[in-house]
Amino acid sequence: MKGSLIILSFFVAGLLFGMYKLLPDTMLQNDYSLYALYILMFLVGIGVGSNKKTWEIIKSVNFKIILVPLSVITGTYIGVTLFSLLQNNMTITEAIAVGSGFGYYSLSSVLITEVSGETLGVIALLSNIIREIITLLFTPVFARYFGKLAPISSGGATAMDTTLPIITKYIGADYAIISVFSGVVLTILVPFLIAIIL
Amino acid sequence: MIAVLVLMTLGIVIGWFLHHKEKFLLFTGRLTNWAIYILLFLLGVSVGTNEKILNNFDKIGLQAILITLFAIAGSVLVSWLTYHFFFKQDER
Repeated sequence: MKGSLIILSFFVAGLLFGMYKLLPDTMLQNDYSLYALYILMFLVGIGVGSNKKTWEIIKSVNFKIILVPLSVITGTYIGVTLFSLLQNNMTITEAIAVGSGFGYYSLSSVLITEVSGETLGVIALLSNIIREIITLLFTPVFARYFGKLAPISSGGATAMDTTLPIITKYIGADYAIISVFSGVVLTILVPFLIAIIL
Repeated sequence: MIAVLVLMTLGIVIGWFLHHKEKFLLFTGRLTNWAIYILLFLLGVSVGTNEKILNNFDKIGLQAILITLFAIAGSVLVSWLTYHFFFKQDER
């Protein structure tokens, strides 16, 4: 939660700087964000590759545990496709790209901005932050009425870190490994899925 | 977009080789955070200078809320089925 507030405040700061034209024109005309994105992706790779969790998790793979992130992906895509069919502002491709963030708002929003522009990037940012917030608030409800995988599923990529404490509190520590597994798999898949879709 | 994936894969390989270099990882972790902060700041700047987005912010916000509700509903329902058919029997 603290992380989201910091990130959101950087976004809002940028917003204000842009709105009140506080930056020199040269900075507005040159787009540095692509280079920053390249650096970020390389660093994210190092983070994933060096994470002990990643490799321990791979050892715990079995058929059933793979079903969990698979259900998150399938369910999210069914949901957002339905959404795109009910309105005409977003195409199916765009909706699936936004859904593919699975709560990983920082990475998904900058990737989507780079390919599809700022409007969809902002939607991705807001939507994926909201996904984390809803998971934090409604985990008890999801766990009670929709089974122990529901909070993990709602959490998406965040089920490995930011929403993990609340999830394990309501579904039990024996499901923590499944939660981390699902979150790690989705986190790694986010950039690949967005790249394939857009 | 290919460049992005190649760089990430390269990072994963390097990260795997250097996973015991704790100072290096602490450094890259901090750098990662700052790269994210800078990118979101820049996203903010380009949104702040984009009249079209600013004028439609309420509409964009509503869309973001609705798509998230659909995404969560879909994934919660599918994982409910998965839980029911594959996980429930394991519990006493």
